Amino acid sequence: MMSNITDLKLVELVDKIKKKELSSTEVTIAFIERSKKSKKLNSYISENYENAIKKAKIFDQKPDFKKKLPGIPIAVKDLFCTKNIRTTAGSKILENFVPTYESTVTQNILDEGGIVIGKLNCDEFAMGSSNETSYFGNVQNPVSENLVPGGSSGGSSSALAAKLTPATIGTDTGGSIRQPASFTGTVGLKPTYGSCSRYGIVAFASSLDQAGPMTHDVKDCSLMFEIMSTYDTKDSTSVDFKRKNYLTNLNENIKGKKIGIPKEYRVDGMPKEIDELWEKGIKIIKENGGQIIEISLPNTNYALPTYYIVAPAEASSNLARYDGVKYGFRSKGENLIDMYEKTRSEGFGDEVKRRIMIGTYVLSSGYYDAYYLKAQKVRRLIKNDFDEAYKKVDAILTPSTPSSAFKIGEKLNDPVSMYLNDIFTVPINLAGLPAISIPAGHDKKGYPLGLQVIGKAFDEQSILNIAFALEKNISFKNNITDWWIK
Amino acid sequence: MSKNNGEYLIIRNDNKYEVIIGLEVHAQVLSESKLFSTSSTKFGSEPNTQVSLVDAAFPGMLPVINEHCIKQAVKTGIGLKAKINKRSIFDRKNYFYADLPQGYQISQYKDPIVGEGSVTLDMPNGEKNIGIERLHLEQDAGKSIHDIDPQNTLVDLNRSGVALMEIVSKPDLRSLDEVNAYIKKLRSIMRYLGTCDGNMQEGSLRADVNVSVRKKGDKKLGTRCEIKNVNSIKFMQMAIDFEANRQVDVIEEGGSIDQETRLFDTKKNETRSMRSKEDAHDYRYFPDPDLLPLELNDNYIDQIKKDIPELPDEKKKRFIEKFKLSPYEANILVSDIEISKYFEEVSKNSDVKLATNWITGELFALLNEKNIEITESPISSKNLSKLINLIKDGTISGKIAKSVFEIMRDGDKDPITIVEEKGLKQQSDPKELENLINKVITENPKNVEAYKSGKDKLFGFFVGQVMKNSNGKANPKLVNEILKKKLN
Repeated sequence: MMSNITDLKLVELVDKIKKKELSSTEVTIAFIERSKKSKKLNSYISENYENAIKKAKIFDQKPDFKKKLPGIPIAVKDLFCTKNIRTTAGSKILENFVPTYESTVTQNILDEGGIVIGKLNCDEFAMGSSNETSYFGNVQNPVSENLVPGGSSGGSSSALAAKLTPATIGTDTGGSIRQPASFTGTVGLKPTYGSCSRYGIVAFASSLDQAGPMTHDVKDCSLMFEIMSTYDTKDSTSVDFKRKNYLTNLNENIKGKKIGIPKEYRVDGMPKEIDELWEKGIKIIKENGGQIIEISLPNTNYALPTYYIVAPAEASSNLARYDGVKYGFRSKGENLIDMYEKTRSEGFGDEVKRRIMIGTYVLSSGYYDAYYLKAQKVRRLIKNDFDEAYKKVDAILTPSTPSSAFKIGEKLNDPVSMYLNDIFTVPINLAGLPAISIPAGHDKKGYPLGLQVIGKAFDEQSILNIAFALEKNISFKNNITDWWIK
Repeated sequence: MSKNNGEYLIIRNDNKYEVIIGLEVHAQVLSESKLFSTSSTKFGSEPNTQVSLVDAAFPGMLPVINEHCIKQAVKTGIGLKAKINKRSIFDRKNYFYADLPQGYQISQYKDPIVGEGSVTLDMPNGEKNIGIERLHLEQDAGKSIHDIDPQNTLVDLNRSGVALMEIVSKPDLRSLDEVNAYIKKLRSIMRYLGTCDGNMQEGSLRADVNVSVRKKGDKKLGTRCEIKNVNSIKFMQMAIDFEANRQVDVIEEGGSIDQETRLFDTKKNETRSMRSKEDAHDYRYFPDPDLLPLELNDNYIDQIKKDIPELPDEKKKRFIEKFKLSPYEANILVSDIEISKYFEEVSKNSDVKLATNWITGELFALLNEKNIEITESPISSKNLSKLINLIKDGTISGKIAKSVFEIMRDGDKDPITIVEEKGLKQQSDPKELENLINKVITENPKNVEAYKSGKDKLFGFFVGQVMKNSNGKANPKLVNEILKKKLN
C-alpha cells in the first residue's frame, strides 16, 4: 500500500485525501519513508520529517478539504527561505542559516495546506546546470546511476522523479527548472517574470529569477502554478494581472492554435534524436488541428553571451551581502577587509566566485558600456524578436535542451560546454516569458528528452493547454527502476 | 584673505585667488519610515531596534519604495524651482563596508528624480542665485561605532535605509558667507515644505564640500577637492577656508592640485587626504533590478504642486507689500517658518510695526538668552499681541510694557491680568495728571523760575518728577502737553 501512495500524482493524492481514502499522515509518512530509503540520491539538504508528520497529524485531526493541497507533503528547493527551517542555497556561506521568515511562494503552499518535508539540493546560489556546484554534494539522477539530474534545481528534479515528493518547486534563472525537468522526464514550468513573487527567494539574478512548479504531469503543474502565482506588494517586480484557475481551465483543445518553429534553434551539432523529438512534437500539433508556422528569432545566437553578462553582473551585487558581518559563515580576519576576503574565499565555491568575478568585471568603469550596457540593449532586441514572432503565432515549440543528461563530472571542468546546456532556455528568461518543458521521449541511452513550449507573457494557460495536448499524445513513460534502493 | 565688496579672495604675492565652492547636501527626508522598508526612522533609539529584515539585507529580502519619500523629494524639487523628472531610476552603488548590509547603497545615478533648479540668496549687496544641479534619493548607511569595544567595531543599523535627498549645487558659491546663506536657505525651504527638519545636531543635514581655487579673472575652473561629510555650517566654513588656503599655497609653490577626497579634522582644523582619484572606489553603478523605473505622471506632480505652501521668497515679498516691512525685517521674519507663523499670528490682531519690533527685539533676545526655538517661546503669540494692544491703546507705556514682558516670560501670563493686578495702568485722566503736575510746580519754585527765564532744558526735569511721583504710570504724552500749558 505504502509504495502505491508514492506512485500517485499530486492531483490524485489531493483527490484521495479529499475523499478520505487516504489521510495526510499516511501520505506524508509514505513519502518520508521513501525519502529515507533514498539517501543515496542526495536530493535533500535538510529534512523536516518529524515536524512534517506532526503537522500531518494536526491536519488529520481537523482536515480542511477546501484547501488545494490538503495535508500534502512537499519538498522544496533550498533557495526558498522557510521559517525555522535551515535555508542554505546550496552554499557553505549559509550552511547554518535559519530564516525567521517565509518566502511568499512557500507561504502560498502552506496556506493551501501543504506540508514542507524538506529542503532540496541545488547548485550553489542556483549557479550551475548539473547540481555539481552544491556545497552539499552531487545529486543522482534516478534515471541512471552517476547521471546528473540537471541544475540548478537538481535536488528538486531528482526527488520528484524518484517520487520522494509528489511535486516540488524550483527557480529558473536561465533554465534551472526546465533543464532538470527535461533531464529527469518530468514537467517544469518557468512562469512569466512577475508572476510568482521573488520575496524570500535567495536572489541569483533579480531580473531573471522566477519560481515555478516541477511535477509529474501537466495537470499537477497547473494546480501548483495556480497556488504559487499571486500578486505580492513585497516584491516590486510582481505584476498584478488577472490570474486564472489554471487547472479548471486546462484542456487539450489546440485547434487553430498557431505554433511557431524558430529556425535559429536548429543549432549545429544537435543530436539527431533531438531533431526527431522536435519533429514528433510538430506532427502532434498538426494532427490535433494546430497550425505550424516557421518563425525567426534572429538574435538567438546572442542570448547566451548576453545572459552570461547580465546574470553574473546582478549576482555579483546580490551576493555582496554575504560578507560574514550579519549572518551566515564568518572566517576570522586580522581586520575588516581580511575578514571579508577569508569569509568569501572559504564560504563560496568556484563557480560562484567565477560568476562574481565576471559580474564585477562587466560592471567596472571603463567596461560597463561595452559589456553590461550592450548586453541590456541586446536583451531588448531578443525580447523584440519574440514580440515580432507573437504577432504571427500563439506559442513557440522548441526542444528543451540540446542534449540529454550527462554523466557526473563529465562537464565540470568545461564551464563553456556546461553553459551551452542552457542555449534553448536562456532566451526565454531574457525576454521574461513563460515556458514549460515536458518529457517527450528518450535518447538511445534511454535518457529522457524534453520539449519546450514558450508562451506570450502572462499567457501560461495557453502553454499549459498545448503541453497538455502534447502529453496526451506522447504518453511518455519514465523507466525508472529503484536502483538506489537496496 | 580679504573681504572687499563682499568678495572672498585669497591674496598671496600679489596674486588674487577666487574660491569656487559647490555643495552636496545630504538632507534626511522627513518620514516616519525608511526609503524601502517600514522600519521607524525615529532618532536616538536603542541601537538596532529599528531594523527590518530588508534593512539588514537578509537573503531574499526586497526593497519596496516608500511613496511618501517620493512625494517629499518632488515637493523639495518644486521648492527648489527645479525640473521634476517624470522617469527616474534607482541604481545600486556597490562597495563593501560593515555598516552597509546589502553591500550596495540604493541611490540614483544617471536619472535622478529632480533636475536643475535654483536657490535665491539675500546677500548684503543684493540677491544671488545659486544653481541646483540635481536632487536624488538614496539610502543612508548604518553607523560604525569604534569606541565602545576595544577589540571590535560595533554596528548600529537604525539609520540603515533611512531616506536621504542629496542636493547637488552648481559650483556657484564664492564665499563663506554665501555658504552660510545657502545652507540656511535650503534648510528654510525644506522646513517650510516639511520635507526635512534640518536638524544638523542629529545629522539630518550634512554636506560634502567641493572646493577649488583659480586666479581672479581666469575662466577655467581649477581642480577640485571634495571634503567629505561635514556636519555644521561652522565646520564647513573652517574646512573651506583651510582647504582653499592650502590649495593656494600649493599653487604658489609651483605645484598642482590633485583631484582627491579629503576629510576635515575638526580637532586640528585641517583637511587630510582620504583617497586619491586613482584610489577612488569603482562603485559599479547599475540599475537596481529589484526596483522598476519610477514613473510619475503630470497629475501626480500637479497634485503635489497644489499643496505647496507659501515659500520664504514669496512670503518675503508679501510681507514687504502688505505690511510695509523693510526687506531686512522681512528677511528676518521669513527665514524660519515658525518665526513667520508666530509673526503672522501676532500681527493678525495687533499693530504690525510694533509686532515686528517686539518680535525681533525683546522676544529674540529672550530666545537667544534661553537658547530656545520660537516654538518653545515662553510667551505665546496671543499674549504678545495683547501686550502690543495695551501699548497701542495707551493703557500702558512702552516702558511699562517692558516690565510687563519681564513678568510674562516666567509663565506666559495674560498681560491684561498683570497690568490690573500690579496696577500698572497708565494714568491718563487729565485731572489727576494736573494734580500731580501742580504738586511738582509748587514744590520746585526755583526751577520754575529758572525755566521761565530761559532754561528750556529743565522741562525734562519736570517730566521726570511727574513720572517718578506717578511710579512711571503717568501718560508721558499727556504730561508733556499739560506741563507745557502750565509753564508757558
